[in-house]
Amino acid sequence: MMRILYQILRTGIVTEAMPREINARIEAAGGRLEEAVKRRFRKSLTIRQVDAGSCNGCELEIHALNNPLYNCERYGIRFTASPRFADMLLVTGPVTHNMERALRRTYEATPAPKLVVAVGDCACNGGIFGESYASRGGIGKVIPVDVAVHGCPPDPFAILSGIMKAIEEKR
Amino acid sequence: MSTLIDALTAALGTGAQFHKWQYPPSVVCCTVPREKFAEAARIVKKAYALLAAEWATDETPFGGGYGVYACYRWGGEYLIVRAELPVENPEFPSLTKRYLPAYRFERQMHSLMGVAPAGHPDLRPWIKFEDWPQDAWPLRKSFDASRPLPRVKGEYRWSRAEGEGVYEIPVGPVHAGIIEPGHFRFQAVGEHIINLEERLGYVHKGIEKRFESLGWEGGFRLAGRVSGDTTVAHSLAYCRALESMTGCMPPDRAHWLRALFLERERIANHVGDIGAICNDAAFAFMLYQMTRLKEMLLRTNRELFGHRFMMDRVIPGGVAADIDEKGRKAVLDEMTCLEREFERLVAVYDDNSSLEDRVRDTGALPPEKARELCAVGIVARASGLNLDCRMQVPFPPYDRIEVKAPVLISGDVHARAWVRIEEVRESIRLIREMLATLPGGPVAAPVAAPQADRAGFAAVEGWRGEIIYWLQSGPGGEVNRCMVRDPSSINWLGLEQAIPGNIVPDFPLCNKSFNQSYSGNDL
Ligand code: SF4
Repeated sequence: MMRILYQILRTGIVTEAMPREINARIEAAGGRLEEAVKRRFRKSLTIRQVDAGSCNGCELEIHALNNPLYNCERYGIRFTASPRFADMLLVTGPVTHNMERALRRTYEATPAPKLVVAVGDCACNGGIFGESYASRGGIGKVIPVDVAVHGCPPDPFAILSGIMKAIEEKR
Repeated sequence: MSTLIDALTAALGTGAQFHKWQYPPSVVCCTVPREKFAEAARIVKKAYALLAAEWATDETPFGGGYGVYACYRWGGEYLIVRAELPVENPEFPSLTKRYLPAYRFERQMHSLMGVAPAGHPDLRPWIKFEDWPQDAWPLRKSFDASRPLPRVKGEYRWSRAEGEGVYEIPVGPVHAGIIEPGHFRFQAVGEHIINLEERLGYVHKGIEKRFESLGWEGGFRLAGRVSGDTTVAHSLAYCRALESMTGCMPPDRAHWLRALFLERERIANHVGDIGAICNDAAFAFMLYQMTRLKEMLLRTNRELFGHRFMMDRVIPGGVAADIDEKGRKAVLDEMTCLEREFERLVAVYDDNSSLEDRVRDTGALPPEKARELCAVGIVARASGLNLDCRMQVPFPPYDRIEVKAPVLISGDVHARAWVRIEEVRESIRLIREMLATLPGGPVAAPVAAPQADRAGFAAVEGWRGEIIYWLQSGPGGEVNRCMVRDPSSINWLGLEQAIPGNIVPDFPLCNKSFNQSYSGNDL
């Protein structure tokens, strides 16, 4: 137990330890994000992440949002297990033939305002997998998309910005 | 050093025909009459071989029919056994009775190539869903992959359990957390799971078919996206298979840099996994500490090599990123910091009895079962199998540095966590050694396109385990087939076998300790 406490004390708050320019960008984005989350979602934005055929690269970066350096929870952003509690879907992958139905059903299960952020090149336009018998070629082909975040994979900062943009734009 | 070939030739005589078109020459391919395909499996099994992969090819462009291939491994030897099937009757004897992993390989071959394993106990479609048209065989040349598939009516027959108090829990494909999609169906009595059936294929993106249309130059980028968390190892395996066919020799410095990337990828994933395993045992402290270390590694990757996961940094002929003196110093400093922090956390792990309670004896895959399933990688090493291609079939530079792979025998969640801990330690050591001996010179060599009618093979030890690529050029030198075997294609069966007897709430913990790839399995 003492070891754990020591380690926690030793580690401190690592959010401060980020490289300055990234920190500044995140803080700026985060500040506005917090503001928007407060105003529009009663201080808490709940996200359901849906992998619609990703290679798992985008998931790694979405995971990173939860690490103590990005610590997205400080802006009131939480990930939930059920689409029924979600304000936003964060969708990755080109939408495979085999996931199309599940994606539609998840979207239907999500209550309004159903914000959708497409994360990664695959989600935007199919990426390297393109359009084929197995791949629809982008989230927009299956459900309406509010914001598309490019990158393969986009870094956590870009994903945060995308989330923010979706909140700000959808009135 | 060719136990398997000797065993096969002793038993089949001139029935086994050896080919010159298979590269590298150390990996041997021979054709047997198709009625001898399962017989060959029996023979090599007696010589202790494990089944590494099984796949089918459409060889109509060569004027033939279909080819079925089984790749066996024993020690440092890989042997590929092939049989030819005529177009009008693409049937071959199933290997499933001899080798358990053939069970899914053959379902997949049947589903995607339309070849028929005679005697297979369960030919429900795999990867192909019940709503695909029956005659949609995407890997056949005659299939038009550019058009969306129509949906038809169909039903998937799940395995069932009956009896007093037996109930069923379906989970997925969209399941809790930020995770890839798959479906798990449990039959349970009270809290105890009596059966688990996996159903995968949700992220089938048609990758193997896509390789055929992307051509040789585009393939490495696609390989780097078969499983995004293993981008270095997958592109490396692709590149090595391609280089073996073309005779390209990457410069020495490229080999060392590739290995540096590979070990960095191993550390980053293991560190993240150790944190996530603890988190699933309700010890969130470790998750945050470990993800902090992982983030540090990813940032260094970006700073030095231009990408957080080093995607597209391994290219045919070498690498697309170099390291200078300053970078070398940065990595060494980072390793010092990582080692210090990591060891403190390992002490916490080791010290925590409530954590130990959860991870010991949970999700155990006993060594006999692991062998029967031909498990690979971390799963194999946690269950007593001393398998690691860096040691047994060392590709450069591992032929010049000694790798010590940890082997545990309890096969439980703890063993899989501890194997990772030991491997992080070993990879830190390897990185230091690599940076100390890093030779100078260029980092890439030109690669020609492969000649017609050749096949290339490569096996690379990624962080999950052995990854295999097998490439085949067609009569015009084009890509005729690119077979990908992620470790998950085998180890998913291990999870299914390790679960019965555990309680439902321990499933996420067990699953995390295996952490298999969905994308790499579904392709
Ligand atoms: S955008 Fe890139 S990282 Fe994301 S799922 Fe697609 S291939 Fe993977």
